[in-house]
Amino acid sequence: MFGLTTHLQNKRRKERRVSFLLGCLTLCLVLPIAFIVGVLLFKGLPAICWEFLAADPIRGMTAGGIFPAIIGTIYLVLLSLLFCVPIGVIAAVYLSEYAADNWFTRAINLAIVNLAGVPSIVHALFGLGAFVLFLKFGTSLLAASATLAVMNLPVVITATRESLEAVPRQFREACWNLGATRWQAIRYVVLPNSLPGILTGVIFAVSRAAGETAPILFTGAVFYKAELPQSILDQCMALSMHLFTLSTQVVGVPEAFPYGTALVLVGIVFAVNTLSIALRFYFRTHRKW
Amino acid sequence: MQAVDAKALPALQTVELSSFHKRLRIWGEKIIEALILICGLSAIILVLGIFIFVFKEAWPFLLSRFSWREFLTSPEWYPDSATKVRYGALALFAGTASITIGSMVVALPVGLGTAIYISEFCSPRFKEIAKIVIEILAAIPSVVWGFVAIMILNPLIIKLFDVPIGLNILNASVILALMAIPVIVSIGEDALRAVPDAYREAAEALGATRLETTFRVVVPAAKNGLFAALLLGMGRAIGETMAVLMATGHSIHMPTSVFDSVRTLTATIAAELGEAPKGGEHYQALFTIGLFLFAISFIVNLTADFMVRGFRRKI
Amino acid sequence: MENQTKKIEISDLTARYATQVVLKNITMDIYKKEIFAIIGPASAGKSTLLKCINRMSDFIRNISVSGSIKLDGQDTRSEDGSSLRRRVGMVSPLPVGLPMTVWDNVAFAPRMAGVRDKRKLNEIVEDCLRNAALWDEVKDRLGTLATRLSGGQQQRLTIARSLSLRPEVLCLDEFSIAIDPVTTMRIEEVLERLKVNMTIILVTNIVQQARRLAERTAMMLDGQLIEVGYTSELFYGGAKDPRTKEYIEGRFG
Repeated sequence: MFGLTTHLQNKRRKERRVSFLLGCLTLCLVLPIAFIVGVLLFKGLPAICWEFLAADPIRGMTAGGIFPAIIGTIYLVLLSLLFCVPIGVIAAVYLSEYAADNWFTRAINLAIVNLAGVPSIVHALFGLGAFVLFLKFGTSLLAASATLAVMNLPVVITATRESLEAVPRQFREACWNLGATRWQAIRYVVLPNSLPGILTGVIFAVSRAAGETAPILFTGAVFYKAELPQSILDQCMALSMHLFTLSTQVVGVPEAFPYGTALVLVGIVFAVNTLSIALRFYFRTHRKW
Repeated sequence: MQAVDAKALPALQTVELSSFHKRLRIWGEKIIEALILICGLSAIILVLGIFIFVFKEAWPFLLSRFSWREFLTSPEWYPDSATKVRYGALALFAGTASITIGSMVVALPVGLGTAIYISEFCSPRFKEIAKIVIEILAAIPSVVWGFVAIMILNPLIIKLFDVPIGLNILNASVILALMAIPVIVSIGEDALRAVPDAYREAAEALGATRLETTFRVVVPAAKNGLFAALLLGMGRAIGETMAVLMATGHSIHMPTSVFDSVRTLTATIAAELGEAPKGGEHYQALFTIGLFLFAISFIVNLTADFMVRGFRRKI
Repeated sequence: MENQTKKIEISDLTARYATQVVLKNITMDIYKKEIFAIIGPASAGKSTLLKCINRMSDFIRNISVSGSIKLDGQDTRSEDGSSLRRRVGMVSPLPVGLPMTVWDNVAFAPRMAGVRDKRKLNEIVEDCLRNAALWDEVKDRLGTLATRLSGGQQQRLTIARSLSLRPEVLCLDEFSIAIDPVTTMRIEEVLERLKVNMTIILVTNIVQQARRLAERTAMMLDGQLIEVGYTSELFYGGAKDPRTKEYIEGRFG
């Protein structure tokens, strides 16, 4: 009896030890984030001022600000959303509402998985081959955002599909029973009720599009361009590209500059992500069923 | 009991639409369905499109200059040498392999450990927080990771290990590990969550502790999914471009230690495509590398998907 | 009760899920403006039969249906599915309030059918809610979410909703499964009144409910139609098949 108790106690102790160890591993993940954000804040914050945000870069990018890069990133993101959100949402509608359970649907699923896994530089090659050269967009805002859209399509499809599938099937059946067509049920009941999930997915796509560099490298972003893009066939600057340039290609940049740029980029990405998380919590507590 | 309303339903007056409207509606529905099908196909079209367009640009090179032997066994990558142009990609493959392995050495224990912890051990509240942290980690753009590699990790490695250059395999491995961990954690956690609670309850009913249940029952049951998580983490590491471009130190040679600088397949494309004249041999060679990357990612993703699906079907 | 006109004619209806036969050669007629009950133990194919009548079977994967169903002498397949369902209403076993307001729930079907006039919609909403004995309880909160109503209220809302298109046939699939006896009684009264205007098909596993309401009753077992007859005969010793007798007397099922 006594032996059994100590045996059990040993087991418990071992369990606690392993649990503690795994907990530490998990905590390990917080450290790099905290460290990186800390350093960025510490070194980047001094650079952030009105001029830095609102002025053009001057003297070979060693002075001035990052205004065109911010605007360029915003253009890129919005334009890419314009492409990938409608197509992605409708594709998800097809997969969740119409597709039968057969080889064809499996093929589409595999394609989505693969599209999500294609390296970003291969997306860049595709963008260069398809949009810049074949469709003759040239290196432009249009080609770059189309490339970003292709990259983000799986993100939008997956998020939308999950939230469509979270709407209970009885709602659809109730609509059909009332003589609503498939599309009417989707349009008036399923889509409105999965909007929160779709929104979260879209916001996530925004944060990805804002941070990506490789796909826009050869399709539309440039190192330096003083004026803002006038049309979608113009080239533009982008924050991510600017950070890459500042930290690898330009000599004689004051240290605060790349830090400030990184801080702005990370700030935008985090803000967008926080918004998405907050929305998710809000909608979770305000469900309609 | 409340008396039922005396007013009876008026005589049948079905809401009837004219046959024209009815037909319009039916046609409208058909058009919408066709549109939806086309968008549904978009993913297939794009995957094929990526293959076709990358293949198209690489094709002339594959026909004329390409030799498997040189490409896969020679470490000499001199695409714009004045005397003798050589396209040996072995060093690039080795670069990609070295940092992929290096990053997995770090990411695998941490990623799987975290997945197991948040799925089996921690409180729901902590789980919620941990997932948000992971999401934030996943959201940091790769160019920022590259920046961190240059500005923070580089001097740190130089100081700690007393080496001349801090942009090397070690640096890139650490950065890539941090980028791959969120993938491993989220897919690994999915796999663990997919193990039915009945398994856990059965094991605990037999007197197993939480620890035994986890490592003798849950983890073995989820092993395919966990393997898929590892594969996709690797896929992320192989395909990553900007961070490795900035962190690896940009030198093409066969690595011999973790403090060696290398160059990966992805970084080579990113670094050289801008200078390679469009349509030239060098340009086509870079697309050929892209084709290989596409093939690798295709195989990795198919395998991972197959493992996850096979795993789901079994339970 | 004699020489009534036929509303629905089912002939040789067979349905299979993959390889499993769930309905086997069903042939029967349902008359105009009667309450027709279908009784039988669980998984006898009663719900599937209803789904074939309003062609909800179109939405079920892996089902194959053969045979024919005629509504007013016309094959139901000659018409677009959603138009058919506008004429044949259906109340499902579990109450489903659509995640929108009470008013929107009742106005949903007319709107989808093309009614835009707000005044007419208001009229329909009030009328249907009254007929489903729900008006007095919800008239002050037509703007609340239907999913916030109680189960019994939601079930009556489901009935009100299915009345909103003034269907010619109303199918009810074990409507009392999720509600209390008082509400059940109330809905039964509603049905008694509604049959003046429409044909009602009542699938029930409560034998007494069929006895109380139905003019005629059909007994189903394992996907087969055992027998159809006037309730007054069937329930008072007139059942020809011993299985019907046993089921009615509560000896199995």
